[in-house]
Amino acid sequence: MNNWSWDVFADAFPKIIDGLGITLGLTIVCYAFALVFGFFWLFIKMIPLKPLRLLVTWIMEFIRSTPPLVQLFFIYFAWPMVPVVGFALNEFTSAVLGLGIHFSTYIAEVYRSGIEGVGKGQWEAAKALNFSKRRKWTKIILPQAIPPTIPMLGNYLIIMFKEVPLASTIGVVGILHIANSYGAQNWTYLEPLTIVAILFLVLSYPSAIIINRIEKKMNRRFDKKEVLTRSKGATA
Amino acid sequence: MQAIIEIFPDLTKGLTITITVLIGAAFFGYLFAFIAGLCRMSSNMFLRKFTGFYVEIFRGTSLIVQLFWLYYAIPMLFGIELGSNWWAGVIAISLNYGAYMSEIVRGSILAVTKGQSEAATALNMSRYQRMRFVILPQAIRMMLPEFGNYSIQMLKATSLVSLIGMEDILYHGNIIRSTNLSQAPTVYLLVLVFYFILALPLIFLTRKMESFSKKGVASG
Repeated sequence: MNNWSWDVFADAFPKIIDGLGITLGLTIVCYAFALVFGFFWLFIKMIPLKPLRLLVTWIMEFIRSTPPLVQLFFIYFAWPMVPVVGFALNEFTSAVLGLGIHFSTYIAEVYRSGIEGVGKGQWEAAKALNFSKRRKWTKIILPQAIPPTIPMLGNYLIIMFKEVPLASTIGVVGILHIANSYGAQNWTYLEPLTIVAILFLVLSYPSAIIINRIEKKMNRRFDKKEVLTRSKGATA
Repeated sequence: MQAIIEIFPDLTKGLTITITVLIGAAFFGYLFAFIAGLCRMSSNMFLRKFTGFYVEIFRGTSLIVQLFWLYYAIPMLFGIELGSNWWAGVIAISLNYGAYMSEIVRGSILAVTKGQSEAATALNMSRYQRMRFVILPQAIRMMLPEFGNYSIQMLKATSLVSLIGMEDILYHGNIIRSTNLSQAPTVYLLVLVFYFILALPLIFLTRKMESFSKKGVASG
């Protein structure tokens, strides 16, 4: 180690910590947006109209298999240029839309796997008991569909947290952005980027452990491993 | 339409970089995945802990941070140049996805039913033979669909190398956009379509592998 300097470390640390609020805030807002928008895909897919379903499936596949970075750029740079719209979104909103829409397609799959995990007999039982639609969902389906999805949704929170630094490329002043500009100003990227890495590790590793614990507990309680069938491409 | 015809050839210039980075990252990623996955199951405690450390580090931080760290910090820290930004990109992506995929390797090997390795032991196979002829052929089948999924993820991740100055599709897209601002929607839509076209074969391959992996694995 010939270049490591604790002085630089001590100098950069408080500055980078300043950006932590934005990084965490963006994570939460993006995640909330993805959770809500995930329902949107689910609802459209439930409309019994085959061409529409097919179209939505392909749109989701498209969003899922193209880079979130390009989607961010698309929303940030293209939005003001669309003829009818003509107004710009600020960096934060663009990041929320870009990352939120990207991850909502994954979240929708999680919801779907949760609902499909509810055994067929449960639907039939609801029918046999002549439950109303609302009662069927609130009393039978959702109470069984939601718990198995919780650990997966938790995983996506961590994944989201790790994708949020992408927003630094469109100028959201999170920890990575601050570290990069510090590096460019002082000609030393080593310490600031190491601080960012440490912050990510410190924040995401313990949460991953907690989610693993919850997952194990859920598995024991519901003994329904098959419900947690790997949702398609549940990675990022 | 006119715009598309103008933009299209410019974007294809970045195609080679995107594809070579993907192939390099996939090759090293699978390699790291197998090495780390097998090391985590070794009986040597040091090896196990060390690979566990590697996996947690690379899963705990985000790829973009790792990429910047490798590109900017490594040369400063040890005075080594990684050769080019191509290597920085490939190594960052493959180390990151290698860490994720090593868990798949490990999980799949553990998922091969115990009876299989017991049967192999009963046939007086050595540890190596057991792995080579009984466990791995079944485990690899189970890994294939997940590997397909991660390959699509890696394709998406290659877009990050434009941030360290590599001239891939996104880089060329950015250049075109900066010279002609009003074309931004067309440019980025085309870039997205490019990535989607590259992903299509991977998507179909993954679906094929899903059905393939269900056959030929002893269950129960």
